[in-house]
Amino acid sequence: MISLSPQSSMRKALKTVGVFALAIFYLVCAKQTGFSFRLMWEGMPSFVKLLGDMTPPNWSILNRIFPAFVETIQIAILGTTFGAVLALPLIALSSGNINRNKFSYLFFKTLMNLVRTIPELLYAAVLVAAVGFGPFAGVLALAVFSMSIIAKLTSESVEAIDPGPTEALAACGANKAENIVYAVVPQVLPVFVSYFLYVLEINIRVSTVLGLVGAGGIGQLLKTYLDLFRYQNASTVIIATFVFVVLIDQLSTRLRARLI
Amino acid sequence: MGVQRRQTLTRVVTIAAVIYIFVWSAAGVSVDFARIKRGLPAVGRIVNTMFPPDWSMAKVALEGMLQSFYIAVLGTTIGSVLAIPLGFFAARNVAVYRFLSIFGKQVLNAIRTFPELILAVFFVASYGPGPMAGLMAVGVHSTGMMGKLYADIIEGIDRGPVEALVSAGANSFEVVRYSILPQVIPEFIATSLYRFEINMRAASTLGLVGAGGIGVLLLQALQFRRWPIVGMALIIIVVAVTIIDYASAFIRKRIV
Repeated sequence: MISLSPQSSMRKALKTVGVFALAIFYLVCAKQTGFSFRLMWEGMPSFVKLLGDMTPPNWSILNRIFPAFVETIQIAILGTTFGAVLALPLIALSSGNINRNKFSYLFFKTLMNLVRTIPELLYAAVLVAAVGFGPFAGVLALAVFSMSIIAKLTSESVEAIDPGPTEALAACGANKAENIVYAVVPQVLPVFVSYFLYVLEINIRVSTVLGLVGAGGIGQLLKTYLDLFRYQNASTVIIATFVFVVLIDQLSTRLRARLI
Repeated sequence: MGVQRRQTLTRVVTIAAVIYIFVWSAAGVSVDFARIKRGLPAVGRIVNTMFPPDWSMAKVALEGMLQSFYIAVLGTTIGSVLAIPLGFFAARNVAVYRFLSIFGKQVLNAIRTFPELILAVFFVASYGPGPMAGLMAVGVHSTGMMGKLYADIIEGIDRGPVEALVSAGANSFEVVRYSILPQVIPEFIATSLYRFEINMRAASTLGLVGAGGIGVLLLQALQFRRWPIVGMALIIIVVAVTIIDYASAFIRKRIV
């Protein structure tokens, strides 16, 4: 029998305590959410029944689905574009090598981080209540969120640019605006475009569900059918959304492979 | 000269196409200057009425946020446990047959494609409204997401230890236990933590379709136009998500 060193027996004790603490933590989680495996099991038949109600999908509504997808894409394009335009001044303000004022730099950087913590769907829900149902609320929600991501990512790239051209221009007596236009923009423009496309892809995905909170697009159609218990129509919308997302995925993979 | 002219031409065509797509979109969803001019002040007014928030609702909002936290914890746990077998199933380098790996990847892709919110709508319809529906939605979606990431991690392992064990005569269980698992576990944990950050955000929105958490409070406040309560809920969400992000990033940095 090998005697345990005090260190390893201490480790063992810590491990036991850790496992216990984790178990208690999970019990609290399960209790507070009403989770139980029994409940999960008991809900299965009604889930299966729901799937049964959804089959067969009603293909005759496909002509109504198509315009809703067009709207979904339009919401994403507008939201991303507005977001990118709004991001432009914020990129300058939240890049340490352009905005030398430490206070306003920190302010804008923190602001962008805070804006990003709220999910798009919450913005959409609030904006639907503010400007009414429909795609406009969705566009605004995506614009706010895209603005913060594009500003954050691009400002990081701006901070990582080669200082050479900036210094050269400054040495020639260029002012700040000239410096940004001739030294900063050429360096970060390709990155900015790639972030734009990246956010556009996210936004197309998000805009398929924006309608569930009333902000337009294909989700709105899904919500209508679900609220009316027209499950066969709903399943058509879901299958179409599935195909749509897969197509967007493929398209963006192809595009990215060609661009890079 | 010719090259330069062609470049200018490409540029003009690209810009024209971008403008056309933008105008087409704006016309399609009928967003014009009048709409923006009317809409933005309305948003401004509402943001103004949100603050100062209704501090008397701080406790209720905090309880809602805690429920979102529990939903995210359980959903992430369900996902990270279910993703382990699926990840091994889909990884090319450990799959028994190649078609099994392709099949596994397709299954994971299919699961991933359904947004949490749509899953939540279904679970609410079959399990009734409440956090149970939310955590099932988060769990199922995370399984698809993490299964794919786990498979990528397994595919990226160092072959050395595996070959060493095989040549020493280890069986396949021993190979997995002593050469693959030690390599992938830290990355699995980091992936789960990262997913947890995303799930915190998801769990705070799920209430909008009745699947529990702080979204329920937010939805009610929005329906009754109680803007200071909306402000309170948003503040709690921002604070909670920020804390979780920093804590998770801190732990992840120490693990990997």
